[in-house]
Amino acid sequence: MSEPVALKLTAKDFKSDQEVRWCPGCGDYAILAAVQQFMPELNIPRENIVFVSGIGCSSRFPYYMNTYGMHSIHGRAPAIATGLSVSRPDLSVWVVTGDGDALSIGGNHLIHALRRNVNLKILLFNNRIYGLTKGQYSPTSEVGKITKSTPVGSADAPFNPLSLALGAEATFVGRTIDSDRKHLQSVLRAAAEHSGSAFVEIYQNCNIFNDGAFEQLKEPGTRDDYLIRLEHGQPITFGKDGQFCVVHPPGGFGLEVRETAATPAEEIVVHDATVADPAYAFALSRLPGFDLRNTPIGVFRSVRRPSYDSVVQGQLADARATVSETPEQQLAGLLGSGDTWTIVG
Amino acid sequence: MTKQIRQLERVVIRFAGDSGDGMQLTGDRFTSETAQLGNDISTLPNFPAEIRAPAGTLPGVSSFQVHFADYDILTPGDAPNVLVAMNPAALKANLTDLPRGADIIVNTDEFTKRNLAKVGYASSPLDDDTLAGYAVHPVALTSMTIGALAELDVSKKDAERAKNMFALGLLSWMYSRPYESTLRFLERKFAKRPELVAANVAAFKAGWNFGETTEDFAVRYEVKPAKMPPGTYRNITGNAALSLGLVAAGVRSGLPVFLGAYPITPASDILHELSKHKRFGVTTMQAEDEIAAIGAALGASYGGALGVTTTSGPGVALKGETISLAVALELPLVIVDVQRAGPSTGMPTKTEQADLNMALFGRHGEAPVAVIAPKSPSDCFHAALEAARIALTYRTPVILLSDNYVANGSEPWLLPEVESLPDLRVEFATAPNGEDGTTFLPYLRDPQTLARPWAVPGTPGLEHRIGGLEKADKTGDISYDPANHDYMVRTRAARIETIPVPDIEVEDPDGDARVLVLGWGSTYGPIGAACRALRQRGLPVAQAHLRHLAPMPANLGAVLRSYERVVIPEMNLGQLAHVIRGRYLVDAIGYNQVRGLPFTAAELETMLEEVLKNV
Ligand SMILES: Cc1ncc(C[n+]2csc(CCOP(=O)(O)OP(=O)(O)O)c2C)c(N)n1
Ligand code: SF4
Ligand SMILES: [Mg+2]
Repeated sequence: MSEPVALKLTAKDFKSDQEVRWCPGCGDYAILAAVQQFMPELNIPRENIVFVSGIGCSSRFPYYMNTYGMHSIHGRAPAIATGLSVSRPDLSVWVVTGDGDALSIGGNHLIHALRRNVNLKILLFNNRIYGLTKGQYSPTSEVGKITKSTPVGSADAPFNPLSLALGAEATFVGRTIDSDRKHLQSVLRAAAEHSGSAFVEIYQNCNIFNDGAFEQLKEPGTRDDYLIRLEHGQPITFGKDGQFCVVHPPGGFGLEVRETAATPAEEIVVHDATVADPAYAFALSRLPGFDLRNTPIGVFRSVRRPSYDSVVQGQLADARATVSETPEQQLAGLLGSGDTWTIVG
Repeated sequence: MTKQIRQLERVVIRFAGDSGDGMQLTGDRFTSETAQLGNDISTLPNFPAEIRAPAGTLPGVSSFQVHFADYDILTPGDAPNVLVAMNPAALKANLTDLPRGADIIVNTDEFTKRNLAKVGYASSPLDDDTLAGYAVHPVALTSMTIGALAELDVSKKDAERAKNMFALGLLSWMYSRPYESTLRFLERKFAKRPELVAANVAAFKAGWNFGETTEDFAVRYEVKPAKMPPGTYRNITGNAALSLGLVAAGVRSGLPVFLGAYPITPASDILHELSKHKRFGVTTMQAEDEIAAIGAALGASYGGALGVTTTSGPGVALKGETISLAVALELPLVIVDVQRAGPSTGMPTKTEQADLNMALFGRHGEAPVAVIAPKSPSDCFHAALEAARIALTYRTPVILLSDNYVANGSEPWLLPEVESLPDLRVEFATAPNGEDGTTFLPYLRDPQTLARPWAVPGTPGLEHRIGGLEKADKTGDISYDPANHDYMVRTRAARIETIPVPDIEVEDPDGDARVLVLGWGSTYGPIGAACRALRQRGLPVAQAHLRHLAPMPANLGAVLRSYERVVIPEMNLGQLAHVIRGRYLVDAIGYNQVRGLPFTAAELETMLEEVLKNV
């Protein structure tokens, strides 16, 4: 194959003619801009890119991308995108979804897309609230969340989206933040390079119904002490002065945060996104508490497993490899198979 | 001993036994032998609801009915002339369907105290007067089979299991069936275990010889071949025919077929069948649920495939929201509903015309789709092609309403020439369609079909966004404009209403009928048989059958109004009748039955005779 020709696309090429209609200040704007700016890097012709979304504020996303796009129904985008991706392996298919869309009504489709390892890039805009329906709590809202539908506080424990994805054995799992364009694009890049399902949780601020949900991760005064920036092959240390680190205490199941100064260097976990056992990435996903301390961002896991699409396409190719007849001849043969009899006129 | 040979015009045989007795296979083989002989045939299996109900119990009874004749027949027969009962449960479960005088062949070996007790027989019906008035043929089927295989190197269990072939041999002798196809079949089936080929062939021959030698069977019957149009035939079930129709739709359209399905009785066989046809470019996906199944099919359609989803009523209920989306997106999609008795889980293995209401009206918003229903097993092939044709030409979801009766029933199918099948080729949009020559208007319609362009991803210059929000005419942009919404709702309705469908044909050979029987779907056979019977008795009655339920044929109103009385038999509480009355203001009478069983021709004949008396 010859080198692909550079398409020389710019962010502008990915802006559709539709007026963007999120609330002023919504984190979705930042994500849209970051994605539009990132897209040219893919060097994929716009016509071969499809954004499929469900319903929610976040799911308006496809209207603003000058690619092919479908704004579908609540929670079903992974299912629709699966049919598209499996039957059209030539396309780059992206799913945009929200925390309610992906984890409440569409939870089933999400986990099944991930376990199948469909070749989809799934971007979950997590604002921990139902934005479009004006502020009910969501399956990622913290326990006790006071909203219109839970005036004395929500009673149910939330999902940790990454833990859920890892439980479904997603082959690529990452997390990033709307406000950190560089980081967001680095995770998108890794996701785009991954073959199979790539699941990316993007912390997104809904400034109308859940403002400041991720403030500690953005505020210059706190963010460095709260965020764990995962880098493949690097020891996991964080904090303004690298004063914290992550260790795997012997005898324990999970990972823990320690003071770097009091920890022998060889005990600090070196991040390896390619660990086959999802338990490692799962342990990473369990680090943060509800105060958002110790929140890892970056690529948690990136392992290779044949995509559902490639296996299905492979089966089709195998079945067709030996066919020498025209489809019409094949069909005539199929119709006339089994016990037949002939009546002469 | 020379046996008397008697000619018959038609025979209905029911093979009944425990689900482990191989009755479906026995029936299938008998059908195949009968087909080779050239009789017209119609068959109907009756499966137990449980997969493996305890042996010898009533819920474990499985049966297979075959009707064959020297003329063209329309149904698997109201009542058997012959019952083969492999055990007391099979006898008890089927006896009420048997008219007096019928032949009963019973496997006496199974009439043990224990087996009799299992089904609540205090004494053996073979000894008391339970079977008075029937021609009972007691046959020690199990022990004779074991005896016949004594010399062979098979276990007692395998020998015992060959008893269905003994029964088949006996029946094949009784009705003078050619058995070469069965011998060939056994060789194929047990190719890996030659000792079982030998055992089953020996059992078959023992049954045949038993008929020839025993005095209990004094008469042998013949049913002459039927006069059928020349050509090559095969016997086919509705589900198989429907599957082949979908494969054919792929070939004739040149599009890959994508099936998304979630297993559900009685539709699963379509998924099983289509999963075998990958060499035709057919992709099957067993999805996580019915919603995902239709979602994936719609996604595939969006990408330029023929998207199909197959299910039964409960699954269609789940798919409703996605069907509405497909209505809004105006993409081709075939939804197959193999109906079963509801509500809820209902009676999954029993038939019902349960879902016409749901197909026509069961969605949120004004969400019209095309609806068609096959009238017989082999018609499922053509109905599938027709559903695909409408979906592809008019870019719309189409619901195909099959049901358990046509899905599992079988009949001879005159194989069509592939070239004679409809040409389903489509044109994808390739270039901007706006007046300026550069813009693409995804909702600019073809003036003839009202279909919008099918612009599949991957086509340069036609990048566009579609979705479930209301769209502005032509541009497809999101629109909340009142006039636009009104226009779009009416246009989506018109898109379906103006699909040209063939006029409904009326069968009224003498042209003097005053009563019209209108049916749809799988009731065609029983209604047709009842009408023929009435006409033979000099009672004129007209029959018309709806294949297209949405849109309905343009001449339907005129046809309905030209009769004094319109009767609509349905296996539901009057779903079509309701539509007909509302749409055409015709005072149609319903005849409704929801017992999970097809109509018998006899009950329809009696009912219609009553109606005829009163006009
Ligand atoms: C079947 C169905 N049920 C409910 C809704 C209403 N609804 C629309 S969006 C939404 C929640 C969206 O929340 P989320 O996915 O978090 O997206 P956000 O708006 O926060 O981006 C709900 C409940 C719907 N559109 N469809
Ligand atoms: S409601 Fe929240 S999520 Fe939705 S657009 Fe407004 S700010 Fe964004
Ligand atoms: Mg949300």
